Amino acid sequence: MNSFKRFMGLIWMVVGVVVYIILLKTAIAQVSVKPMVDTIIQWSIFVIIFLPITIGFLIFGWLAFKGAYDKLPISSEEIEG
Amino acid sequence: MESPAEKKQIRKVIFASSVGTLIEWYDFYIFGSLAPIIASQFFPKTNPTAALLSTLATFAAGFIVRPFGALVFGRLGDKVGRKYTFLLTLILMGGSTFAIGLIPGYEKIGFVAPLLVLLLRLIQGLALGGEYGGAATYVAEHSPDSKRGFYTSWIQTTATLGLLLSLGIILITRQSMAPNSVDSIRIFEDWGWRIPFWFSVVLVGMSIYIRLKMHESPVFSKLKAEGKTSINPIKESLMHRGNLKMVLLALFGATMGQGVVWYTGQFYAQTFLENVCKVDFSQTRTIMIWAIIFATPLFIFFGNLSDKVGRKWIIMSGLLLAVVLYRPIYHQMINLTSTTETLVDPSLTKIERVITPVSGKGYGLQTTSTLQTFTNGIIEKKVHMDTLLNDGSEKPQVTEKVSKQLPTDRYWMMIGLIFIQILFVTMSYGPIAAFLVEIFPTKIRYTSMSLPYHLGNGVFGGLTPFIAVLLGTMYTGDLLVGLWYPIIVACLCLVIGSIYLSNVVDKNIND
Repeated sequence: MNSFKRFMGLIWMVVGVVVYIILLKTAIAQVSVKPMVDTIIQWSIFVIIFLPITIGFLIFGWLAFKGAYDKLPISSEEIEG
Repeated sequence: MESPAEKKQIRKVIFASSVGTLIEWYDFYIFGSLAPIIASQFFPKTNPTAALLSTLATFAAGFIVRPFGALVFGRLGDKVGRKYTFLLTLILMGGSTFAIGLIPGYEKIGFVAPLLVLLLRLIQGLALGGEYGGAATYVAEHSPDSKRGFYTSWIQTTATLGLLLSLGIILITRQSMAPNSVDSIRIFEDWGWRIPFWFSVVLVGMSIYIRLKMHESPVFSKLKAEGKTSINPIKESLMHRGNLKMVLLALFGATMGQGVVWYTGQFYAQTFLENVCKVDFSQTRTIMIWAIIFATPLFIFFGNLSDKVGRKWIIMSGLLLAVVLYRPIYHQMINLTSTTETLVDPSLTKIERVITPVSGKGYGLQTTSTLQTFTNGIIEKKVHMDTLLNDGSEKPQVTEKVSKQLPTDRYWMMIGLIFIQILFVTMSYGPIAAFLVEIFPTKIRYTSMSLPYHLGNGVFGGLTPFIAVLLGTMYTGDLLVGLWYPIIVACLCLVIGSIYLSNVVDKNIND
């Protein structure tokens, strides 16, 4: 199971990058079709707010790949340790 | 076993926390429920700057500000204490809600009006970001280890009950402004919409009084007395690898999916009923109200069950059911309101035509109302407005509004379909407070649990109605295209949660 968890970490990193690229491409396409203030603001917000979330998802994938989730902590000492 | 005195104490804690949190959700949702009226009062579409402020007010407060509120008030709660922090969020929320109800319209004070609304809406978002984590932590830290899921599930009912209260108050106010319904709706849209905002001050006042009588959480008090509170909770939450990995797991393995399920079942469903199925304003709201009333006890049921069988698989089952059943449910919602293959009963058709002259113009406005009763019992009202006697210099304006009244059998079937969606909400949301509390240490619990909660619910969840509607405008051929967003997010979360989360309940949260 731990090997599977680690392998999936790689998948999450790929998924994160792919989804963000799709979001960027869609945003550019939508703004060019309808270059109004509302459209620009709306898609800019999507692009900006999902950037840190995507980075978080990449870190999650990386941590999973490195085995950080092989065993979850059962006490605060373990988390802080 | 709990003694009667302990039981009485925990009931007081739950009551004080839940009432305040419920009021905060009420305050937050009345703005959303009254968005079209607020837009017409403060954000005229003819003015691009006002329209821009409207977009910011809707987006920014709904999902950008909430995670910031989680960080700001979470930090305060982990340093100063749970009780005073969520007292502060309550005052901020109540004060800004009341103030929104006092702002004169755009026509009276111009740009100051939408700016003030935006500012107050941002304060609402910040306050909400700080409230939930505090209330959930406070209740959990008072609860006995074996009943944490059960006791915190009362806090989980508050978001849904806050929505219920907002729908109820709006509906009652809208219908009681004048003896006849046409006048009542007109007065409500003119100034009566302010009453639900003013009403908040009464609720908040009561809640502050109740909360002032409460003591600080015993777990936090002990930590503070020992001098073990965190110096920098945000840094410890996000920069410490061991804690960051749990924040990320909580977000991507639980709250992200739970957030989209929550907002699909209780917000997108309402938007879909009104805009796609064309069910009329009042019936849409009463359908939501009944479904919420029937489903709310299930939050407690699943919270209680999670104490016995673990949190993980109840949350995951809610996500799985949502992923599998959303499309069939929404397909059925369309079928229930469809009139395309049904005949009209001609003896029950009424057509009314009213012509209103427009002063100073060479034309009038013609309003044609057609009331048709279909053989399946649906009553459809079409209001068609167009220009009449156009002199050629003006472009004719045509608008058509359709609304449907469902017969009793279809009305109750619709309640059933919404109830099933809220059932998924209760499964994924009922145990989540206990789950979040248990995976973080006491000294940074408020901050650490608030962040994934508000990113999951504020960003992923809060975006659901917008993205779903947006998808509908981009791909017009499929009425159910909007559902792909919650389905994909919930599915991803389901896979991550199933692989990485543990079903073991951490009994000891005093560390």
